[in-house]
Amino acid sequence: MSKKTDAAVAVKPKVYSKGGRFWRDNRTGWGFLLPFMVLFLVFTIIPVFVAMGYSFTNYNMIQSPAFVGLQNYRNLFLEDDVFIIALQNTLVFACVIGPTGYIMSFLMAWFISLCKRGRGPLALAFYAPSLTSGTAMSVIWLVIFSGDRYGYLNHLLIRIGLISDPILWGKDSTYILWVVVIISAWMSMGTGFLVFLAGLQNLDPELYEAGKVDGIKNPFQQLWYITLPLMKPQLLFGAINSIVSSLAVFDVATAVAGFPSPNYSAHTIVAHLYDYAFTRFSMGYASAVAMFLFIFTFGLSRICMRIFRSDD
Amino acid sequence: MSKEKNSASKDAGAQAAEIAAAAVRKNTARRLRKKLKPGKILLYVLVGALLCFTAFPMIAMVCRAFMSLEDLFHYPPYIIVHHPTLGNFKDLFTSLSSSEVPFTRYIFNSLWVTIVTVFLSVFICSMGAYGMVKHKPIGAAVIFNIVVAALGFSSHVTKIPNYMVVSGLGLINSYAALIVPSIATAYNFFLVKQFCEQLPDSLLEAARIDGAKELRVFWTIAMPLLKPAWSTLAVFSFVSNWNDSFSPLVYITSDAMKTLPLALQTMAGGAGVVSRSGTTGAATLLTTAPTIIVYTIMRGRVMQTMTYSGIKS
Repeated sequence: MSKKTDAAVAVKPKVYSKGGRFWRDNRTGWGFLLPFMVLFLVFTIIPVFVAMGYSFTNYNMIQSPAFVGLQNYRNLFLEDDVFIIALQNTLVFACVIGPTGYIMSFLMAWFISLCKRGRGPLALAFYAPSLTSGTAMSVIWLVIFSGDRYGYLNHLLIRIGLISDPILWGKDSTYILWVVVIISAWMSMGTGFLVFLAGLQNLDPELYEAGKVDGIKNPFQQLWYITLPLMKPQLLFGAINSIVSSLAVFDVATAVAGFPSPNYSAHTIVAHLYDYAFTRFSMGYASAVAMFLFIFTFGLSRICMRIFRSDD
Repeated sequence: MSKEKNSASKDAGAQAAEIAAAAVRKNTARRLRKKLKPGKILLYVLVGALLCFTAFPMIAMVCRAFMSLEDLFHYPPYIIVHHPTLGNFKDLFTSLSSSEVPFTRYIFNSLWVTIVTVFLSVFICSMGAYGMVKHKPIGAAVIFNIVVAALGFSSHVTKIPNYMVVSGLGLINSYAALIVPSIATAYNFFLVKQFCEQLPDSLLEAARIDGAKELRVFWTIAMPLLKPAWSTLAVFSFVSNWNDSFSPLVYITSDAMKTLPLALQTMAGGAGVVSRSGTTGAATLLTTAPTIIVYTIMRGRVMQTMTYSGIKS
């Protein structure tokens, strides 16, 4: 590497073989990267391929894996009704939570960046839910959605006169899904919020002046024609985070509805994965579920990368 | 001292841009006030409603931790605490310790696991990002693309092979099971790497001419300059590890090794729930507060780093 000035080399120039120079140029960089790469490969990259391999086998961790071809995937889609429920629920979660959280956090970041004072407290009030633990906050949400008259929501609705008897929010399978959706939406408001806020605060002000000359009249036009195109990299980062987290709903669903939930009404893909992998130890089948989750999230992330492609 | 270095790293251009950006904000705010009256009202209503939605459970949570039995079982239900008491916390720390695992043990487990993970993650990810950006070894671009790709799926995907590694090493029910797999995450590496890009080479160069060894340059020059980035990483790593309930669910089976979220879940369910609702409220506050405190303290640095977090595809 040219910028490296090794004092010893300067005094006594050595003759390096081709391989020697290659080693000398790269060893420092590789040395620094080594600890990260080892852990990253062992716990993130290789496992994707290992899971892919297991998904074609029957494996219970006692006997050695037996190759079964596409049998697991066929069972998953054709035989396993619970998986189809899990898939439907996860899609409902993702379609509601992902876009809501994403749009709300952008709107809020935009609003805060226009505010003169009180930005810190506003940001904290909005962002705090994203910092909390889903399992911990479920305790409070269960009080709000409690099935008796002591529940805040039931009390409110009875008081207004909308209902006469308390609704069993957490037990009735028609409501559970939506209770979990609301709680997850509450927790996902901040996904991307900080990225958006930071991006908005660092946009080049000259572009707004230029936009004014070009006839941009109000803040909403400004937002659409100037801010959003400039924020593409941040929007992409936020979108990927929001896809990944909204498709991985599990702990809130478990904490609210129990595991397994009544009629599987809050069963998700991750719950299905957990069920088969760590309570039934049928690792091959669970790996097929994991692979489905992988292909789905990864595919959506790739599509986002296309949509938010920066041209420079 | 750290403040000095901090301000030194912020170049004049960025400061100028900040001032200008503030001016624009002022402008847009003024324009917003002049025009768009109905739009403005709608916006305020929407933001107000959003803030109520995000803040209400937080307020209810804090209040519940301090509610006396009288408040907890009052009808109509109280949201705001009427007879504040510290009794719930006292019960939490005393009543459980005789029969089961003391609550302090869960606090210790959570703190220990989270702090060690954060520390190692900061060190290893910063080192890797620095090596990638400032030494550009062959393959750096490929590795970075893999890291960006890895942002696109959650850790649940890799849990089964991870479980096999952890159980193969005999680490089930150990702190290491919760620490080692969560050190090298793509998200953390990505944040530091993006920030690292804008570090000036000249400072590193100067240290090298003075004869400093590479590790020394990294530790004494690069790390202080990267402080905003790795403190942000520390915040996010703290939040995600502290709140992680999936890993302990998979790797931990013994009661004594559980971390707070899992312990709380056990506490909130099962027999005697009603009699424990006071202590559960207190435990919820203790589980939630640390992440919010950590974020509040580090807010400035987090914002400084997130500026560089966009992905250009």
